[in-house]
Amino acid sequence: MRRELTRPWVASVLLLIAFLAIWQFLTAATGGPTANVDPEYARLAGQSASQEKTGAIPTPVAVAKRGYELLINAFDSSNPNNLGIAWHLLYSLGRVMLGYILAVLVAVPLGFALGLMPKLYQSLNPFIQILRPVSPLAWMPLALYVFRDSSVSTIFIIFICAIWPMLINTAVGAAGVRPEWVNVSRVFGVGRLEHVARIVFPASMPMIMTGMRISIGIAWFVIVAAEMVGAQSGIGYFIWNEWNNLQIASMIVAIVLIGIIGLALDVGLSWTASRLSFRE
Amino acid sequence: MASVDIRDISMAFAGKNDLPFVALDGINLSVKDGEFVCLIGHSGCGKSTLLNLIAGLLLPTKGTVVCGGTPVKAPGPDRAMVFQSHALLPWMTCVENVSLGIRQAFRGRLSKAEMQEKAEQALKLVHLDHAIHKYPYEISGGMKQRVGIARALATEPRVLLLDEPFGALDALTRSSLQDELIRVIEKTKSTVVMVTHDIDEAILLADRVVMMTNGPEARIGDVMDVSLDRPRDRIELASNAHYGEYRRQLLDFLYRKQLARAETGA
Repeated sequence: MRRELTRPWVASVLLLIAFLAIWQFLTAATGGPTANVDPEYARLAGQSASQEKTGAIPTPVAVAKRGYELLINAFDSSNPNNLGIAWHLLYSLGRVMLGYILAVLVAVPLGFALGLMPKLYQSLNPFIQILRPVSPLAWMPLALYVFRDSSVSTIFIIFICAIWPMLINTAVGAAGVRPEWVNVSRVFGVGRLEHVARIVFPASMPMIMTGMRISIGIAWFVIVAAEMVGAQSGIGYFIWNEWNNLQIASMIVAIVLIGIIGLALDVGLSWTASRLSFRE
Repeated sequence: MASVDIRDISMAFAGKNDLPFVALDGINLSVKDGEFVCLIGHSGCGKSTLLNLIAGLLLPTKGTVVCGGTPVKAPGPDRAMVFQSHALLPWMTCVENVSLGIRQAFRGRLSKAEMQEKAEQALKLVHLDHAIHKYPYEISGGMKQRVGIARALATEPRVLLLDEPFGALDALTRSSLQDELIRVIEKTKSTVVMVTHDIDEAILLADRVVMMTNGPEARIGDVMDVSLDRPRDRIELASNAHYGEYRRQLLDFLYRKQLARAETGA
């Protein structure tokens, strides 16, 4: 029994239960101002508006209930102004994927060029170093002005924030191929193109994949904020919209879902990385 | 005809404060066809630098290396190298590693199938029939170095360059690889230049042992002929009347002359 308790996953479950218990205790005890909800509004907004104490932090049980409601209606598209949460997540994922794939297509070849041509790297480095620390959201108004479309703008924001880690990692990886492997290539007279394709590329694969993992994390971070600012769909928009309706439970459900999807993206890429990277 | 002719080579690297660091100073050495030469010296004496100069990985600041009648300006298929750190590419199987060199050396002369056959033959020559399609991480350190030897030999080089190839292996594995090398060289009749810091290895393998002084500005301190018929058997060698004298000569150079020189800073 003692041994069972010291297993990490057991501790995780216990911590979760403790956390939920404290949450339940605090929220159920204090409660909140009972909402004076207009019955007409309650009818329009759905049942939850009148039943829950809006404005207060809901209990975990209330959040779970809300989560269940959101999930069984996840793919509901009967009301275009009140899409199911799955649609919002798919919008967000779609934007992330588009921006991210564009970033991969630019960052990986450009990163190779930079890594293999130190002079090009040095001449572009000042621009990279100045653009890299700019918060992606700082681009948002400019993007909206230029593209005049909120979806295109959010995709651009994802592109601009995802590109840097991949660009820099690829460049560092391509430039840092172990000298012994470079010597093998030289001693056996491997041609330039084959050198890049069969030695530099596989040798820098772990670095490229690390860059890709960092980038997908940042992209998933940024999409929520970008959609809060300038979109009419997506999980960021959903959270902001629920906030405007004071649907705290929905917001918490969305936060948990964002976390789970972010984790899934990272696990997926990490698995891909381990498949593509060489072993020693 | 000499396979490798090293003519008055000096090698300087950019050192601290723009002062050149002279690693090698005025090296002359001629290696005959089919000869096995060992370069021996304390670490940092520039013996690997000399090997890299023959390989064409480095270019000398003064003097020339001539291989098979043509001056060395870059690495070429007439010289193949076995690296100290095996230097196998971990994302390629053993046979792919061996094929990498073959593809460059025999491009346009052999068909794909013939190249594949050649790569497998090279691996069989070093007794790795069973590991042909394995990745380097799946095989032991000794086996990796066998692949390194197979990779170098498969290109049928005029000169085989070995840079302390067994230095990282345990004593038993090292012995078995030395025997393997003796057997393989006996078949291919390759010309070999090998860097080592192991006295017994040098006596077992070499026709001539080139002793290098400590760097910087290392030069050839002495050359010893090992006038015993090759291939040699390590057990017979141990009871050979001349063996002790060869050892004594090398030990005397390395530990009396060179250490004394290093300690006095002369």
